[in-house]
Amino acid sequence: MINSLLWTPLAFGLAGLFLPRRLAGWWATLGAAVALAIAVALLAGFDSGAPGLQDTVDVSWIPGLGVDYSLGLDGLNVFLVLLTAVLWTAGTAFAAFREQERPHLFFLMMLLGETATLGAFVAQDLLLFVLFFDLMLVPFYFLFGAWGSDREDGPTASAATLKMIVYTLIGSLLMLVGAIATAIIAADGGHVTFSIAELAKHPIGEGSQRWIFWFFAAAFLVKMPAFLLHGWMPDAYRAAPLPVLAVFSGVLAKVGAYGFLRVVLPVFPDAAVEFQEVILVIALASILYGSVMAFTQTNVRLVAGYSSVAQLGFITAGIFALSSDGADGAVLQMVNHGLVVAPLFVIVAILAERSGTEDLREMGGMGTRAPVLAALFLIVTLATLAMPGSANFVGEFYILNGLFDSKIVFAIVAISGVAMAAYYALRLYQRTMHNRVASGVVSREIGWRDGVVLVPLVLCILGLALYPQLILKRTDGSVARSVAATVEASSGGPPKTQARTSWKSPLACAGGDACSVFWEAPPMSPSRNGSSQ
Amino acid sequence: MNFHAPSIDYGALSPVLALTVGLCVVLLTAVFKPLRRTAPFLSLLTLGVTAGLLVWQWSDSTSLVSGAMRLDDLAIAISLIAILTAAFAVLFSIGEPAAEQAGSGEYHALLLGSVLGMVLLAQATNLVTFFVAIETLSIPLYILCAANLRRERSLESGLKYLIVGSLGSATLLYGMALLYGGSGSTAFAGIADGISQKGVLGDPLVLVGIGLTAVGLAFKTSVAPFHQWTPDVYEGAPTPITGFMAVATKAAAFAVFVRFFDVALAPQASEWQPALAVLAAISIVVGNIGALGQDSLKRLLGYSGIAQAGYILGGLVVASEAGVNALIFYLAGYAFMNLAAFAVVVARERETHYGDHIAAVRGLGAERPWLAWPLTISMLGLAGLPATVGFIGKLYLIEALIEGDYTWLAVFIAVGTMISLAYYLRVVAAMWMRPDADAVPAIAGASPEADPIDPDAGRRWYLVAPALLAAAATIFFGVIPQPLVEFAQHAGAALF
Repeated sequence: MINSLLWTPLAFGLAGLFLPRRLAGWWATLGAAVALAIAVALLAGFDSGAPGLQDTVDVSWIPGLGVDYSLGLDGLNVFLVLLTAVLWTAGTAFAAFREQERPHLFFLMMLLGETATLGAFVAQDLLLFVLFFDLMLVPFYFLFGAWGSDREDGPTASAATLKMIVYTLIGSLLMLVGAIATAIIAADGGHVTFSIAELAKHPIGEGSQRWIFWFFAAAFLVKMPAFLLHGWMPDAYRAAPLPVLAVFSGVLAKVGAYGFLRVVLPVFPDAAVEFQEVILVIALASILYGSVMAFTQTNVRLVAGYSSVAQLGFITAGIFALSSDGADGAVLQMVNHGLVVAPLFVIVAILAERSGTEDLREMGGMGTRAPVLAALFLIVTLATLAMPGSANFVGEFYILNGLFDSKIVFAIVAISGVAMAAYYALRLYQRTMHNRVASGVVSREIGWRDGVVLVPLVLCILGLALYPQLILKRTDGSVARSVAATVEASSGGPPKTQARTSWKSPLACAGGDACSVFWEAPPMSPSRNGSSQ
Repeated sequence: MNFHAPSIDYGALSPVLALTVGLCVVLLTAVFKPLRRTAPFLSLLTLGVTAGLLVWQWSDSTSLVSGAMRLDDLAIAISLIAILTAAFAVLFSIGEPAAEQAGSGEYHALLLGSVLGMVLLAQATNLVTFFVAIETLSIPLYILCAANLRRERSLESGLKYLIVGSLGSATLLYGMALLYGGSGSTAFAGIADGISQKGVLGDPLVLVGIGLTAVGLAFKTSVAPFHQWTPDVYEGAPTPITGFMAVATKAAAFAVFVRFFDVALAPQASEWQPALAVLAAISIVVGNIGALGQDSLKRLLGYSGIAQAGYILGGLVVASEAGVNALIFYLAGYAFMNLAAFAVVVARERETHYGDHIAAVRGLGAERPWLAWPLTISMLGLAGLPATVGFIGKLYLIEALIEGDYTWLAVFIAVGTMISLAYYLRVVAAMWMRPDADAVPAIAGASPEADPIDPDAGRRWYLVAPALLAAAATIFFGVIPQPLVEFAQHAGAALF
């Protein structure tokens, strides 16, 4: 099952090469939809109570080197897999509705990208993870470079893409060295294995963890991108074709955050504790810098791009709160952010078509005759700014909650990010939808083609807002296991217990709908269990 | 007094014999005019028979000619790589102006002569065999580099290679003399015994001897800082020969490198390891930085070869079985990736006016997808991206290096690979993406020097099929690497 999920997109992509040009896009959409159906089936069969991995595949791949082809699902990745499948179906459909140059190659690369991304999410062998992580770059290199747009006043698409590749591979090649070093140090002369679960059972010495941690962190932080490592982002985002950017921004950035939860925290717990504050500083810097940039940029893509930097900063902060609350929130927020940023880019594409520009200053009044578009955009906007009642609110709440427990100073700074998110999200909405109709702008309702793509995505946002438990319930156990080692390492014993609900309850209830969510939430740590009843 | 005729193991010598006979036959075709066109076919036949005989000897380990040579799996593996490369070079040479100008029979006979040198070199376990083999390998190449008689660049390349190559050989020979003086033996095993009593550092004669031998080998494998000849010679030589040199010479020279250092000098490993590790690091840096600004694809591949030699040398540095395995694996993968690239360069050189300038592959993705894909796969593979044999090769090397406590060199490989993306992807971008505002070189026009254009070169089976085959192997062994891993493990096990 998981094998077919992984290879369906690529198989469809290759088969599509033999179809006529005009069918290529629909065939690819069908491939992505089949993958989505398999992902839904996997979720339906997912047992949230079972510990450990489900639907595993484990065969020896390169016995000479100790590399296994091992895949599996657990609470950490099951929703990210679903998110990938959803966004890819939407992105491919959106692209299929539009004329593409050399469609065969375009859709082959799209689907190769899906296989690689799914592979990175489901891989349970460290080396296989690195392999898929690097493989993701290849299709996006072609998609950005060959179908991207050149800028008059900046680098060409191929130059911008090259910059992105070099940046991201700096991290991932060091990660390859780090992964091999981890396995060899852990084997200690014995049989080398790259199984993440095995490596997590017996963490390597603290001295080795310290440098290997940074090799991994570099890879993941570049991918997100985090502040100081985001240099590739503005050029690449401006060059990228929008349907591709929707999946790229929606999913690929999450692979970095996921990598922290899957690999770094369980395998390098001591280093994670030691460098917790450094990473938190980077995360906060990303929140602040991303937010400030997002409300000063005039290019709509960059507003969305920098807002992602800020959101990913939140997610990183949640993970490095090193508590199960923070990490729960991070997983939820990864899915949420993917679900809001992808429609955001689809809307950006629609807006650009109606105004002929991507400059915020030259847009305006686009909502006047397009109430449906405006409504959909408003929902996305409110979700982006984490309006109480949205799943994003729940996610951010969990993150801040976890952060308050461990590092209160950081939490206080992070809160400012929530306020700033409101500013840049509403600014984007108002400047495009409200105001006077700008010259050259046509206010037109979206057609059914765009609606087919946009409405289901917005429905997903609404659905999650009503029932974030869907995710929290299933991820909780896995997340707790993922952070368990760091919790132990930081306290030098079993997980700390504190009376943290004392200040949480009023805040939680202030959030209206979300109030009930917290009380239904499954026990996350012994203290919660005791005090919430 | 009785005379004992030495027993001769004809079975184990058969590959060398077959190659020699084939060489003579091919040379004779040059004499009989009606047979001239058969030279490529006879060369392929000879190579095929030799390869068959080598495979027949697989898993045997025989000492030959009173211990001067040794046919084991390492020798067979390296010989097979050399023969495969030579077969590709023969195909690339069909319709090559250089082959016509130099005479097809002579050209192919020289090529086979060079292969003979490589097969001998891969088996050498004695300083004398070692030197004779390396000269047998080199001298035909000096001539072949200059085979394109009407092009000044080719003649320059041949002369340059002759001078620098001779300097390398002289250095090597001098080192060997000192080694013999210091240890009292020419056999690798004898040298090991001779040295083990005093240690490398104990005897200045031996130390200088080893140093000079290493320098001589570094010349042949184009390891920096002894690489200066590489880009010029690669650029000037006829392209099929460049491809052959880039892969086969490197493979054969690394085979003897391994035998000499990892076997003869293995007990003193800790004393020479740091020196070779530094050489590897320099090579990685010099090769990758040098390739950055190159517009000539052959020069680019030349510099990339210098960098790759640095990676491969890493497998030697750790002096472990895993290291040798990684080295052989990488050499095999390197052969596939480079051959795919050279097939395309040859095709475009004949098809366009741009020669080997990067402009020759501009827009190739739309124009000739069957050539664009192999070159793309080759470049991605050389850059070490996943799903290619290049990724697994790097993985193998890095694993061996970390196991051998050379993590810093593994980091060097990673850093070098990042730099290398900038130039490998430039080629990919030229094929598939809108061109940058690169200067397009002036077309040479109908100068007497220019070789005639063959507008259909990009469709010829003997260029497209090898390119596709090599590219398919690059992907295949990147996805299912186990057969090649076992091949390398067999070869490595022969030494330890």
